Amino acid sequence: MASSDANLPAAAAELGSSYARQRLLDRSFQTATLAFASFVLLLLVGIIVSLFIGGWQALSTFGPGFLVSSAWNPVTDQFGALVPIYGTLVTSLIALLIAVPISFGIALFLTEVAPPWLRRPIGTAVELLAAIPSIIYGMWGLFVFAPIMANYVEPWLQSRFGDIAIIGALFQGAPLGIGMLPAGIILGIMIIPFVAAIMRDVFLATPRFLKESAYAVGATTWEVVWRVVVPYTRVAAVGGIFLGLGRALGETMAVTFVIGNAQRLDVSLFAPGNSIASALANEFTEAVTDMHTSALMALGLVLFMITMIVLAGAKLLLMSLEQGHGGRT
Amino acid sequence: MMKLSNGVNIASKIQVRDLDFYYGQSLALKHINVDIATNMVTAIIGPSGCGKSTLLRTFNRMYQLYPDQRATGEILLDGDNILSPGADVYRLRARVGMVFQKPTPFPMSIYENISFGVRLYEKLRRSAMDERVEWALHQAALWDEVKDKLNQSGMKLSGGQQQRLCIARAIAVKPEVVLLDEPASALDPISTLKIEELIYELKQNYTIVIVTHNMQQAARVSDYTAFMYLGELVEFGDTNTIFTNPGNKQTEDYITGRYG
Amino acid sequence: MADAHSITSSVDWRYLRRRSLNLFNLFGSALATLFSLFWLIWILWVTLSYGVSAFDLTLFVDGTPAPGSEGGLANAIVGSLIMVALATFIGTPVGIMAGTYLAEFGRKGLIPGLIRFINDILLSAPSIVIGLFVYEIVVIRVGHFSGLAGALALAIIVLPVVIRTTEEMLRLVPNTLREAALALGAPRWKVITLVAYRAALSGILTGVLLAVARIAGETAPLLFTALNNQFWSTNLVQPMANLPVTIFQFAMSPYAEWHALAWAGSLLITLGVLALSIVARMLLAKVRTEGP
Repeated sequence: MASSDANLPAAAAELGSSYARQRLLDRSFQTATLAFASFVLLLLVGIIVSLFIGGWQALSTFGPGFLVSSAWNPVTDQFGALVPIYGTLVTSLIALLIAVPISFGIALFLTEVAPPWLRRPIGTAVELLAAIPSIIYGMWGLFVFAPIMANYVEPWLQSRFGDIAIIGALFQGAPLGIGMLPAGIILGIMIIPFVAAIMRDVFLATPRFLKESAYAVGATTWEVVWRVVVPYTRVAAVGGIFLGLGRALGETMAVTFVIGNAQRLDVSLFAPGNSIASALANEFTEAVTDMHTSALMALGLVLFMITMIVLAGAKLLLMSLEQGHGGRT
Repeated sequence: MMKLSNGVNIASKIQVRDLDFYYGQSLALKHINVDIATNMVTAIIGPSGCGKSTLLRTFNRMYQLYPDQRATGEILLDGDNILSPGADVYRLRARVGMVFQKPTPFPMSIYENISFGVRLYEKLRRSAMDERVEWALHQAALWDEVKDKLNQSGMKLSGGQQQRLCIARAIAVKPEVVLLDEPASALDPISTLKIEELIYELKQNYTIVIVTHNMQQAARVSDYTAFMYLGELVEFGDTNTIFTNPGNKQTEDYITGRYG
Repeated sequence: MADAHSITSSVDWRYLRRRSLNLFNLFGSALATLFSLFWLIWILWVTLSYGVSAFDLTLFVDGTPAPGSEGGLANAIVGSLIMVALATFIGTPVGIMAGTYLAEFGRKGLIPGLIRFINDILLSAPSIVIGLFVYEIVVIRVGHFSGLAGALALAIIVLPVVIRTTEEMLRLVPNTLREAALALGAPRWKVITLVAYRAALSGILTGVLLAVARIAGETAPLLFTALNNQFWSTNLVQPMANLPVTIFQFAMSPYAEWHALAWAGSLLITLGVLALSIVARMLLAKVRTEGP
């Protein structure tokens, strides 16, 4: 930039052009960042469209019946998604049955019970459960956990509940240690850190005075949490549970190791089954016919749509927390 | 018993003896000695950070929720030391009710807000509980405004109504002492007036301790006033004397608005 | 008044029950926490004790062996490193730019809100579906599996993590700092690249570390993209060996030697991932309490 007073008009002109240049750069920079951000939208659309195209052959051949048919025969090219959908839902349900109460306990412990110096290290340790790669869960599940299930847990469950009407049906068949129950249990352990972290954050977001008012009428810690904190935060807490469910539905490797990869519908939780993700992991690279590949693509689409709905629900429920009122309806 | 400067003896509900209070390492209350008279209103005044809320929160051991806070000395409620390690805090809090600065309705219906505390300690039949809820809402001068919508969420009431709901909730358990921590500071003047009238009514049956930064309010509602400054109790006496003829220079300066 | 709390036996029993329920449930919460830590310790212990036996120098020197013979994981380790590095190099700049938009230009509004919403969904989306997607758009077009496709799939997983942390960290940069730089006459893009990025640098790096930890053990997205390779190959357009898929294949095989190598690989990944996450979490906790 010119500094002499004599050149003032020139300096101003130069300043002006430099200003215009910077304006242009500013605008280009903003546009560039927007373009990269829009890539996220593109990615979502791309995933849905590509899976739809890939699965079109199967979807158009079998129609809506694809979702409710339990056929899965690569030889005759008959495919239906019922068995893997069923397996996905059942294992995820078992996972929630384990993860929700345990996560609630962890959140309660970390917010109300543990001495302050213990909260950070224990919280981190619980979060590390989420850092362990899922293939490690799979290895451990197959080589260590499955034999224990087969030799001890499943025989015990069978002798204890096998003869009871209705629920006894869940515990029939040979105790293999490989099947929907062990897969569900491992999924449960895997999603604990996600659910627990959100429940803890949500509990911490309860206004201090609200909790103190409950203490002030003589309520115990448990009563304060169960009667006041939980109702106050329930919307966001359910959001956390949905997030865990979303994780469980799409979890692949851990399930693939222990679910048994069997295309059959069985009420018994001991029976080997299949989840969408494990069917993909096991069969995709071995699929021979185009129809088989297409059916697997369609499965992938089904999985993505289910998890997207669940995760979108989770996000919407959690927004109530971000907007500053934990769980008011 | 406590003896006032004019020689009158009155019964005391709470006697504070040599109370020190710590936030971590820092001393927030220094050697407090004060008596709270039975069925009277005692106001605690003083500038922000003088420890008036801290003192109030020792009377139901609310501070105990926070591990770095502790109190030493004695606080006698009807002669029993509530600071002793063996004291039952849950029962203590059922005897000593508290209302906070901001209204804190629980996330449940108006009816359940009131019955919440009652259910903790008493097993009442439905009709008896209905009566108790109505009684508490009458006491808090809220009944006429909410009698048709008892099942509505307590969070839907206006700010002033919410605060009276909180007072009704505190009274419903029939405590002996009611602690009010700046109960009107978040309210409009009309709601404030209602709360003040309420305090006047309530002292027939309850011992009331109110923390306030509003000196006119203290003068209007209280029988006795304690003035605190920098964690110390500077002066205590009947409200009339404190406000018209304070014995201490600091008290006089504060009351006449020279600092605070 | 006091008669409400008089000590009649019926009231006492109720009270005792409430106190016991309280203690019981608080104790239960401690048990629930122990329960989750129990699995953590068990899994780590198993990985360590099984993995250590095959953990020696040959692991890093020899390639993956034929069934029934000795060998190492060198080609898989190198392949994993290449793909993780490449994925990070692709995903990080894109993620930082997108995160910059959300934090600097799009704090409010419909489009940024939508992008944020979808990014959060992609953050938890099943990684195997990402693998299918890359298979469909790359592997089919090219006609064969490749290390590049694997890196691309991993980059798509890196992206949402980096976007999220970049936005969060840039938001922690105080506005006064931006205003101070603007007041000196600096244009907006310089304020962001020279001032805001520098202030948020350690936080953004933490996000990248977390993303690397996340993809280092990812198996599912590699199954249909990089596949695997028994041999040495650093050719990006050919199938590439990698640790997770090797572990999967070896574990599912009937050979004891392969099982041992799978455990050694598991230990290697676990150590790496845990170290990365612990460092990242410590950095993150520091950034969140002390500012970026």
